[in-house]
Amino acid sequence: MTLQSVSLVIAGSGGAGVVTAGSLLLEAAANAGWYALMSRSSGPQIRGGEAAAMLRFATEPIMSHDDSYHLLMAIDWENITRFAAEIPLAADSLIVGDPAHGNAPAGLLSAKPRETGLPMSEIAGKIENGRPNMVALGAIAAMIGLPKEAMQTVVEKNLKRKGQGAIDASMEAFHAGVAAAADLPSIPKLPTASASAEERWSITGNEATGLGVIRGGVRFVAAYPITPATEILEWLAPSLAKVGGVLVQAEDELASINQIIGASYGGVPSMTATSGPGLSLMIESLGLAVAAEVPLVVVDVMRVGPSTGIATKSEQSDLNIAVYGLHGDAPHIVVAANSVSDCLFTTQWAVHLAEAMQTPALVLTDQALGQSRAVIPRPAELAFIGQRETAKTAVEGERYKRYAVTASGVSPMAIPGTPGLTHTADGLEHNEFGTPSSQSSDHQAQMEKRLRKITQFNYGDHWAEITDSDNGPGDIAIITWGSSTGPAREALQRFSDSGGRARLISVRLIAPVQPEKMAAALEGISRAMVVEQSHSGQFYRMLRAFYDLPKETLAMHQAGPLGFGPARILEQLNSWSA
Amino acid sequence: MEAVARKFKPKDFKSELKPIWCPGCGDYTVLNALTRALAELELPPEEVAVVSGIGCSSRIPAYTSVYGFHGVHGRALPVATGLKLARPELTVLVTGGDGDGFSIGGNHFLHACRRNVDITYIVMDNQVYGMTKGQASPTTAPDWEGSKLTPEGTGINPFQPLVVGLASGANFIARVSSSDPVNMAQIIVEAIRHPGFSLVQVLSPCVTFRPEQAEWRDIVRTAVVDFTGDAARAARRLMTDDGFNVGKVLYKGERPPFRPEHEPTDGSIAELEARFAL
Repeated sequence: MTLQSVSLVIAGSGGAGVVTAGSLLLEAAANAGWYALMSRSSGPQIRGGEAAAMLRFATEPIMSHDDSYHLLMAIDWENITRFAAEIPLAADSLIVGDPAHGNAPAGLLSAKPRETGLPMSEIAGKIENGRPNMVALGAIAAMIGLPKEAMQTVVEKNLKRKGQGAIDASMEAFHAGVAAAADLPSIPKLPTASASAEERWSITGNEATGLGVIRGGVRFVAAYPITPATEILEWLAPSLAKVGGVLVQAEDELASINQIIGASYGGVPSMTATSGPGLSLMIESLGLAVAAEVPLVVVDVMRVGPSTGIATKSEQSDLNIAVYGLHGDAPHIVVAANSVSDCLFTTQWAVHLAEAMQTPALVLTDQALGQSRAVIPRPAELAFIGQRETAKTAVEGERYKRYAVTASGVSPMAIPGTPGLTHTADGLEHNEFGTPSSQSSDHQAQMEKRLRKITQFNYGDHWAEITDSDNGPGDIAIITWGSSTGPAREALQRFSDSGGRARLISVRLIAPVQPEKMAAALEGISRAMVVEQSHSGQFYRMLRAFYDLPKETLAMHQAGPLGFGPARILEQLNSWSA
Repeated sequence: MEAVARKFKPKDFKSELKPIWCPGCGDYTVLNALTRALAELELPPEEVAVVSGIGCSSRIPAYTSVYGFHGVHGRALPVATGLKLARPELTVLVTGGDGDGFSIGGNHFLHACRRNVDITYIVMDNQVYGMTKGQASPTTAPDWEGSKLTPEGTGINPFQPLVVGLASGANFIARVSSSDPVNMAQIIVEAIRHPGFSLVQVLSPCVTFRPEQAEWRDIVRTAVVDFTGDAARAARRLMTDDGFNVGKVLYKGERPPFRPEHEPTDGSIAELEARFAL
């Protein structure tokens, strides 16, 4: 059944408290039994800049934002047109502004949405310590059908530190907003959720990534702050300490990656998190981890590039550097999370893969996943725990071969402290003992084993998430990855609801490639579209290089922060099935 | 049964690999002094790790019988930092040259001193890039014209590693000469024993690209004063000496080493997850 949902944006200048308002609303909606997704967009300013909280609510789990918003609640109009492209409005959308700040800028009105006023500052002004954002929240709650009690609980919890006075002022403003909403035009209301037995979580992609790291067994993290990855580190610092781990703030990304190489060489599963510019700095040492066979996980929360790009906005454009950035032939693992909750699965899996194969695993997420908060069903427990094959005892009369050429390609690793197995791990090409070697035969043997260990590994079904429409796959495929999966999934559902048939293939294991599995997934498919958020179509080009795609394959790629919404993908599906 | 303390000889710390260094290279003596120091400390080889980057002197780990890590150029200090913080019970040493440590790895040098993790950094300073066949390094005099890359000299004042190390927070500072391995071994023993970040500069001549450094053995003199714990006095001394006062510890600080706090027990992940539950 098509998702019944309501979408809205709260926008305003710095200090208007739009992200706070959005967070309170999300928490209240969660209390009321709804599912929710909140993304945020902000200007370049560190503090005091304009911001927008984009929210969607439904009575079922949500994978994506909708194609347009039912409501834009503008606490003021400060620089709001900067977000115009990111907050699509339709003719039945409603813009609610504060008359004290004048009319909506023309840049928002191209779709001729409905407009009305709500004197938020005037109403708030009549309440001691009343704030316009709480008036806005009251109006929103009334308009979308959110029970007042749900908000009461949230406000009490969040403002407890500020005292009863602050709680009372906020709730008075909230109730004034509820009352004022009676005069406003209507937008879709959601039904009250029936009590669900299912346990739900409220979590961001960055938090989920951090949890995946800990669940996988990582106990050492070194990192340098960078937007939009910093929240992973801020979550991990106190959390790691609780499970006996350590987080070190390094002097730069060169230090981060090398500190985790050192810690992992010492036997402790390790990771770092960064974004594009930091990943660029780490690349040389990722090659070292490949050559010296040191397991580690590097999370790249992608943002708009190249260079500093747009630090606060999302793009899927680090695929090339993640796959091809290392010099020499350097086989390694690249995986990508396809939703907020999948950040947990994929990161935990990555720790498992890195440890099992003694090689670096890169995890690609992006700003859209990392900085979005979602109310989701409780993620499943996963069996992926980093387990490294170690060498424990010396064999009498035999010198330990750190890089022994084995059938699996994995060589049991001696951890410092183990008697009789001392050796030097080396980024120089080496023989089986680790002794530097410039002989072609040693290079060949070591290259083959390093490749073999990642190509022979059994990745199971996790290489991709494959979803068919209700009536089976038909002959159309949507091939996508990462945060583009959400809109594609919703498009597939809508297509399915109208009787269409298609298959969604969201690739989680970017490298090493899985041509046989892809061939099986594409059996019977005659047309495919490749959906991604990169200007040059990096994913499409990679697919073309390594996979046999249907003759009729359409590349749908676009630079961030915009992407293909469900409607655009659905339109293509419809045109093919017509 | 009580464990019997194992006794070690310097040769127990050497691997069977033959160094690729040029005959007469100062680094041979450093390898000898290092193995002698480890024997004196009676450290089991498996409880010691030597980490290096790239350069002639960075080849040392493979020539020892302890755990070694030979990484990329300039990044030995972060590797060692991660290793020591993850495995505090290991004795972690870093060996390398002036280019590796003070040029490409300069930022890590500053922050390793500042962070004061309990590791010992032995820098073999020969004022030249030997592995790439003779270019000026950060410690090369500005008027050295021996490189085709800078035929008129660099024109840049040399980097002062010990002064910078002191200002950045190194907890132990010494300068030794490769011409006196017995003294060097003693200083390395002290450096390892002293808590925090210990910096040992070794004047280690490059006989191939800086043959004039053969004279160092005659120029160096044993420093006349013993170490101070007063950073201001140490700074004055270091800033006024000519770089050839060797054989003594120059500074010993009392700053406690950086050791991140972590709770001793493996706490519950369920507790972390509970915070997300609605």
